[in-house]
This record gives sequence, structure tokens and C-alpha cells, in this order.
Amino acid sequence: MNINHHLDEATLVSYAAGAMSQSMALVVACHISMCDVCRERVCSTEAIGGMLLESLEPVAISDDSLKNLLERLDEEPLLQVSNTAKRIPSDQKDYVPGPLNNFIGNSLNNINWKCILPGIHYYDLSCKTERGGVSRLLRISPGKSMLLHTHEGNELTLILRGSLTDEIGCFTVGDIADLDSDIEHQPIVDGDEDCICLVATDAPLQFKTLLGKIVQPITGF
Amino acid sequence: MNKKLGEDLNKLTTVIQQEALIDWSDLLCAFSLKRDKVLYIKIYQNFAPKIKAYIIRLGMVDTTAEELMQETMLSVWRKAHLYDASKAVASTWIFRLARNKSIDWMRKQKYPDYSLQEVDEEPSEDNDTGEQLITSDRMAKIITQLPEKQGQVIFMSFYEGRSHAEIASRLGVPLGSVKSRIRLASEKIKMIWKDEV
Repeated sequence: MNINHHLDEATLVSYAAGAMSQSMALVVACHISMCDVCRERVCSTEAIGGMLLESLEPVAISDDSLKNLLERLDEEPLLQVSNTAKRIPSDQKDYVPGPLNNFIGNSLNNINWKCILPGIHYYDLSCKTERGGVSRLLRISPGKSMLLHTHEGNELTLILRGSLTDEIGCFTVGDIADLDSDIEHQPIVDGDEDCICLVATDAPLQFKTLLGKIVQPITGF
Repeated sequence: MNKKLGEDLNKLTTVIQQEALIDWSDLLCAFSLKRDKVLYIKIYQNFAPKIKAYIIRLGMVDTTAEELMQETMLSVWRKAHLYDASKAVASTWIFRLARNKSIDWMRKQKYPDYSLQEVDEEPSEDNDTGEQLITSDRMAKIITQLPEKQGQVIFMSFYEGRSHAEIASRLGVPLGSVKSRIRLASEKIKMIWKDEV
């Protein structure tokens, strides 16, 4: 898979530290599942956590802790799990990244979409958000665009099908747009098929147009 | 204490006396192949007090930290077959387990974790990030080399589990400044790793 847009280093740190909301971490985990480059990067970022763990001053552990633990181990069934990697072709048409599987199953074709505006559909995930953010799938038809907006916080958008273009560049399957309040943008779907993307924000978007301001209270964006 | 455990601990004392310097990644590998309790106890004795310290730093009370430490160590036992020393050193792998256990408990929801097994795992010729060669002493030194403001945001992320927005409001600085401090700190740490290898 040819991925050109990757995670911001600050986003990787927050994910590796476990400091993200479930909705933001879901988008990050999905991108990492698709992107070899960011998978390598997150491993070395998690190593910061590992080294910080090792350099902590040890604290006292209760006397019977080890005994209790070893007793529990005796009740554990012996696991013989194969360590063979399972290949899921991420370039297949209906690919759903593993972490998203838990929320929508293994297909993008059976989603119960709701319409925001003609050509723009959404599906809210049962994922916890913070500070008024959202966790949702968007399906946008060719030629349609999201409303012009800026952000109070961070916004992560991962392309799962099709492509879209904004002021920053062209985003295709596997690409992630990792944006914050410095960016004002209006993504448009320029291909010939619907674009499906996974979006999370950690603060409400700020729409620039009257239509956006009218639609916002209805959609919760 | 039961007899078997007493024997395990005696064997362990001998092992520890024989090895002054331990490569924890090698040891975790050896454990993953044999599920040997003596090796497991060695891992426990080194990591459990640090795992508990980490969980307390995240804001948990002592009894909860003890419980979550036990759950983390139980995961070490259950998941050892998934450990791959070419991908992560022992401390990184154990950190991930402790982080996930703590967050899942705190938020009563599962932290979305990527799976290394989901994608094709062809051996990469260039997958050595160099982290294997960094000891915790040297890590501590690297952190102290960072400007104070950069070290602070790394600690607030990893030790306190604070999001960018939370750090921004605690420090009273814009979100963009928090992100650029984190970015600079992380890139600098990785740069020093590379230089030292």
C-alpha cells in the first residue's frame, strides 16, 4: 500500500503513552495497522515508555503478592498458540482495519448510514469521546465536499475507501490527515467513487459558513 | 509458602548469584519458549515493583495498583508466546501490557491496540531501531539532556497519561506549543538513540 500521509510525532507519543481518548486512539491504531512506516515509528516511541518504566524507582509489593500470582498461574490452561502471522491484504476492496472490526464488523458495505446533507452520510461509532469530540465514519459522494472548518483541538481522518483532496494534498486509502487548530480546510472528494473515512476529533469543529453553523447542532459535529 | 514455591525461589537465588548482569529481552525470550517459573519469578522481581510504581504514577491507589500489576504480570505469562525480541525490548513489551491494563481499568473501555500480527510480517532487514542497546541509565541521561519544558511534556504524557489538551490547560500554553514540545522531545530522544548505536 502506498501511504504518503503519516501520523504527527506528537500524536504518536500521545498514543504510545496511552494518553488519548478511545476515539482518537482508534483512528491511530487503524492507521498503524495499515502503515509499515508508522508501525516502526510507534514501536520506537513505545520504547520511550519502556525505558521510562525501567528507570522508575521500585515500590514495595505486598508480601503474598508473588505467592498469589503463582497460585493463579497453576490454574492457567497451557497455551499453545501459533505465532504465525496472518496476512490480511490491506489493499483489498472491502478491507476493514483490525481495530475497527470490533465496532463495525469486517465489511464497509453493511453500515447503517444517516444523511447529513445530500451526498454526505455518517455513522457514529460507539466509541468514547472527550470534550465534545466525535467518533464516526463519513461517506462522501464524488464532487461533494465537507464544509469549510477549523478545529479547536485535534482532528484525525483516515481514508478507508476512495480519495479526497484538500488544501494540504491528496489523500488515498491508508493516508491519515493529522490536523489541529493551525489548519483551516475543506476536503473535497475528487475521485469517481464514494470516499469512506474514519474521523475523530477531541473538540467540536468550527464551521466557517452559515450552512455549517446550521447543520452543526443537528449532526453533533 | 508451599514447598514447590520454596524450591522455585531457592533455584532463583542461585540463578541470580550466577548472573550479575541480565539481558531482560533474552530472558523473556527464554521464558516464552519454556514457560519456566524460575525465569518468570526473575522477571517478576525486576519488573513488578516498577510496574506498580508506574500505575501509582498514573493516579491509582495502592491496592488497585497492586491488583493491576498482578494482572499485567498474568498477561506476561499468558502472552509470552507473542513476544518478539526483534520488534521490542522486554521493557517496551511489558510497558505496553501495563499501559493497556491500566487504561482499560481506568476508563472501563478497551484501548484500541494495533496488532503486529494483523499485517504481513515479512522479516525486515532494517527493523533494528537501536533501542535494544539503550540501558535504563542511559535513558535517564537522555531525558535529562532535554530542555526542561520538553522533558516535562514527555513525563506528563507517559507517567500521568495526559492528553495534549489536558497538558495545554495544565501548563496554560496553547495546544500547538504542547505538540511542538512533544514532537521536538521525541525526535531528539530517537536521534540520540541512533547516534549512540
